[in-house]
Amino acid sequence: MMSRKKRRLWIVVACGIGLSSAVALMLVAFRSSLSFFLSPQQVLAKRPAPGMVFRLGGIVQAGTVVMGTRDGKPYTTFRITDGQTAIPVVFTGVLPGLFRQGQGVVTIGAMTRGDREFVASTVLAKHGASYMPRDVEMALRKAGKWNPKFGPPPNAAAWDDKSPRAIEADSKG
Amino acid sequence: MERTGTSDYPGQIAAGSIGVPQSKAGAWLHRFANPGRFQRLIQPILPWLAAAAFVVTVTGLVWGFAFAPADWQQGIASRIMYVHVPAAWVAMNGYAALAICSLLSIVWRHPLADIAAKEIGPVGAGFTLLCLISGSLWGRPEWGTYWVWDARLTSVLILLFLYLGHMALIRAFDNPQHGYRAAAILGLVGAINLPIIVFSVYWWNTLHQGNTISITGPSKIYVTMLYPLLVSAIGFYLAFLAMVLARISSAIMENRARSLLLARAERGGA
Repeated sequence: MMSRKKRRLWIVVACGIGLSSAVALMLVAFRSSLSFFLSPQQVLAKRPAPGMVFRLGGIVQAGTVVMGTRDGKPYTTFRITDGQTAIPVVFTGVLPGLFRQGQGVVTIGAMTRGDREFVASTVLAKHGASYMPRDVEMALRKAGKWNPKFGPPPNAAAWDDKSPRAIEADSKG
Repeated sequence: MERTGTSDYPGQIAAGSIGVPQSKAGAWLHRFANPGRFQRLIQPILPWLAAAAFVVTVTGLVWGFAFAPADWQQGIASRIMYVHVPAAWVAMNGYAALAICSLLSIVWRHPLADIAAKEIGPVGAGFTLLCLISGSLWGRPEWGTYWVWDARLTSVLILLFLYLGHMALIRAFDNPQHGYRAAAILGLVGAINLPIIVFSVYWWNTLHQGNTISITGPSKIYVTMLYPLLVSAIGFYLAFLAMVLARISSAIMENRARSLLLARAERGGA
C-alpha cells in the first residue's frame, strides 16, 4: 500500500505536470503578444494598418542616421534593420544616450499611409549583453575585429580574458 | 506507520517529543526537522556568517564601484550591475529555495521547512525589490525609460507579487498549520514563473538584454568587470543566507517562548 507521503508526492508531481503544460500552452498561444516588439521582417509579413501603434525593433543601420531640427525640435531619420529588411523611421525628440549606428533600438509609433515610413513617438535604446572597458573596445577596433557601427561585438572568447595589447597583437600575428 | 511531525506548539518538538522515523531517508530528513538541533548547529555559525557576508559584499561593491572599469558606451551607470545582477540571482534562487521548502512542507510535513518558507518570504521580496529598483535606475539613462512591460521585467514584477502573496497567505490563518499548507501550494505553483524569468529574453523579443554571464560558454564581460561581479554575488548570497537563518532562529525562539507561556497559562487556568 502506498504511504501517505508517497501519495502526496505523486499528487504534487501530477499537479506540477498539469500546471506546467497548461502554462506552456498558454505561453505558446500568446506568443505574438508576449513579444515586446516586431522586427522589420515581421512588419512586412503582418502589415499593420497605417496609424495602428506598435513597437518596431532592430539595429540602427550604419550610414542612415540624419539629424537636424524642425520647428526648433531635434529631428532624426534613420533605418531600422534586422539584416534582411530595413524600415525608414522618422523621430522628433531627444534620443536616449545609447543611441548610435549599429545599436539595437525599440521604437514606438505607427506606419504612415502606403507603408512609406515609420513615425516614432518614442525611441528606446536596447543594450547588448556585452560589457567591456573602453580600452578593450579600442583594441578590438584597432585590430579590425569590430566596428560598433556594424552590429554586435565578436565572440566573447576572442576578448573577454585577453589584455588590450594581446587583442591587438593577435591581429598582427 | 505514519508520523506527520506537525504540532501547534513547536516547543514540544524542541523539547524532544518528536517520534522516531521509520525509513533511512526519513531519518536523514527528520534529523534536520528538529528545531532544537537546528539552533545548536546554527547559533555558533551565525555571527561568522554575518561577518563574512558583510566583508565579501563590501569588497565586491567597493571593487565594482571604485576600481573596476566602466563600460565603454554605458559609462558610469554600468556599475549599477554590481547590485542589480546579484540581487536578481538571489531573488530567483531565494524563490527556488522557498519552493523546495514548500515541497518538503506538503509532502513530508517538515516543521522546519514551514518556518523556513515563512522567513524566506520577506528577505526574498527585499532582494526582488532591490533588483527592480536598481534596474529601473539603470534603465532611465541607458534605455531612456524607467519601465517597460516586456516579458523579463513583467515576470520579475510577478516574482515580487508572488513573494508578497506568500508572505500574506502564510500569516493569514489563526492556525499556523493552515497557513503553512496554503502558502506551500502557492509557493509550488509560483515556481513555474522561474523558468519563465530565465528564458524570457530568449523566447520573446524583449527590451532587456540576454544573459551576460554563462556557465557553459564564454561570458560576454571583460575579466576586470567579471571578478567584482562574482565577489559581489557571493556576498549577496551569504547575506541572504545569514538573514534567513537569523530569522528562522529567532522564529523558533519566539514559538518556543509562546508555547511556554501558553503552557503556563493553561496550568494557571486549571
